Amino acid sequence: MVIRTKNGDISSDHDKWEGFDIYDDGDGEAIHNSSLYRGYVRKKGLMMFLALIILFVCIIIAAHNGPLNISSSDIIRYLLTFDNDGMGGVIWNIRMVRIIGAILAGSGLAVAGVVMQCILRNPLASPYTLGISSAAAFGASFAIIFLNAGSSITSTVSISNPYVTTISAFLFSLLATGAILLLTKLTRVSSETMVLAGVAISAMFAAGLSFMQYLATDSQLGNIIMWTFGDLGKATWSWNTLIMAVLLSVTLYFYYKRWDYNAMEAGEETAKGLGVHTERERILGMVLASVLSAVIVSFFGIIAFIGLLGPHIARMIIGSDHRHLIPLSIILGAIILIVADGVGQVILYPSVIPVGIITSMLGGPLFIYLLIRRYGR
Amino acid sequence: MTFFQVNGVEFSYKSTKVLDDVTFSIEKNEVTSILGPNGVGKTTLMKCINKILMPDMGSVLIEGSELHEMSRRDIAKNIGYVSQRGEMSRMTVFDSVLLGRKPHFEWEVTDRDIRLAGRVIHLMGLDDLALKYVNEISGGEYQLVQIARVLVQQPKVILLDEPTNSLDLPNQHMIMHLIRNIAIRNHIAAIMTIHDLNLAIRHSDKFIMMREGTIYATGDHSIITPQNIRAVFNIDAFVEKVKGIPVVIPI
Ligand SMILES: Nc1ncnc2c1ncn2[C@@H]1O[C@H](COP(=O)(O)OP(=O)(O)OP(=O)(O)O)[C@@H](O)[C@H]1O
Ligand SMILES: [Mg+2]
Repeated sequence: MVIRTKNGDISSDHDKWEGFDIYDDGDGEAIHNSSLYRGYVRKKGLMMFLALIILFVCIIIAAHNGPLNISSSDIIRYLLTFDNDGMGGVIWNIRMVRIIGAILAGSGLAVAGVVMQCILRNPLASPYTLGISSAAAFGASFAIIFLNAGSSITSTVSISNPYVTTISAFLFSLLATGAILLLTKLTRVSSETMVLAGVAISAMFAAGLSFMQYLATDSQLGNIIMWTFGDLGKATWSWNTLIMAVLLSVTLYFYYKRWDYNAMEAGEETAKGLGVHTERERILGMVLASVLSAVIVSFFGIIAFIGLLGPHIARMIIGSDHRHLIPLSIILGAIILIVADGVGQVILYPSVIPVGIITSMLGGPLFIYLLIRRYGR
Repeated sequence: MTFFQVNGVEFSYKSTKVLDDVTFSIEKNEVTSILGPNGVGKTTLMKCINKILMPDMGSVLIEGSELHEMSRRDIAKNIGYVSQRGEMSRMTVFDSVLLGRKPHFEWEVTDRDIRLAGRVIHLMGLDDLALKYVNEISGGEYQLVQIARVLVQQPKVILLDEPTNSLDLPNQHMIMHLIRNIAIRNHIAAIMTIHDLNLAIRHSDKFIMMREGTIYATGDHSIITPQNIRAVFNIDAFVEKVKGIPVVIPI
């Protein structure tokens, strides 16, 4: 074939590259790879369904945990009929309130992690690494020492209003987020500045926390340490409802922006070229993910690693397409936390180890294992 | 009416002026190559054109409408951009190409979007890679994926920042042929930066030579002269014609 150009004629046998109509959608003709792709997307849907089933199995198994022996068939019956009389009351008001707390905290921290990792273009971004947890711990200690608040509702040394601790923890997490955003605004809204600001803020709050522990009396110190271990035993229906409301609205926004996040996966400039307001999405995503994790952490205490483990396992299984990554991370975050809490209730039975300790102990090695599996030779 | 017009664009990073009074126009069906040394402002110019960077001064008109008054998304419908550095994430090739439909759909990709992406992937010979993750393909293959994405975007002007980077010889020529023939066939324009002068000369209709953040010369291949090359790149070169096409041979 001869390619005619304004600058002369050149012979070429690249018939293939003659150019094509980019507006032609090949209507009518079968496009093989499009059909393959549709099948592939269906397969991902199926995997999600499978993960949901595993979650339900985990819920049922976890509902067996407790001093009273209740048979599996009874548990399933109580769960399906929402029966909360008698034994049903034990299942729902003692065990399920905790399990649902685990589901909400696990999915919330995981979805916050997914979005932070995407918008900050950093695989280590999570509510924990960006200082939201240490700010919450600082806020809680502040309340315990200076506002004379108890560490939690279940605390034996609880003095005035126990919610003061939670509210103070929440406000300080927001303060940390605000500081990160302000630092970012002062420089430029890039992913690196946000991550660096987060790490700096985190270190400052950690130092502040140490200082306050130094000031604290023995009983205050005990309270602070008790608070710091994330504990799902604190779960109540009213707090679960509040967390659920925040989780639902934030997740809905994240899911709505899934294609924007997909575009950001291809790089900042490419995303902008595709019409995405990257700066705006970065700030909004950061604020929403922080509020969500702050609500969870300030109530339950620090639960490390879920924001890393959930998203990374999900990414390994299903890839970075946020249409699937967001829902799968939510499901996996819930599963991981239910399992971790189950382990904490069983290993030293009858005493219960707070889930925060379990996730910290198991999370690190598990994360290293993932790292080696993914990047190792 | 000119198809695409860049008027007096100026841009500074902090206090250093990078672009100074850049003015040029291009027509549809044309491929334009921006030539100039490293750091002269080629990438910056491309980013100013589609508002990835906001120019301090000047305007960009496409078919008479001011681009900088459009929303980001409308700009994306008009201008496609293949960046010099794209990130390779854990998304499939198919999804990465499908992403080009982003400015065109509201809530979710449609069946037509999937057909469009599938067709371009096929025509670019990427079928075998379609369901592979882009972080598991080669750099050159990803370059082709990025070009497929911008074609699926159906812009009126395609900006390509060093599109032949990391491509082998046949693929370099394939992409250059493809871009030119796509431009002609679809009545759109392409603007690219490219460091391989001979490749640029062979496959472009028009050249913009940049020096010190501004345009030194524009025109067809008649501006490819030893004097201009000396002025812009600060090296001496012969320019010989082979089959009517200038070939630059640095001394
Ligand atoms: N983000 C930035 N901040 C400050 N200065 C920058 C930035 N990006 C580029 N510059 C400077 O602006 C000038 C133009 O850069 P640009 O990337 O546009 O060059 P280029 O012509 O594309 O070079 P190359 O051929 O190497 O790609 C350079 O001097 C560069 O140092
Ligand atoms: Mg450049």
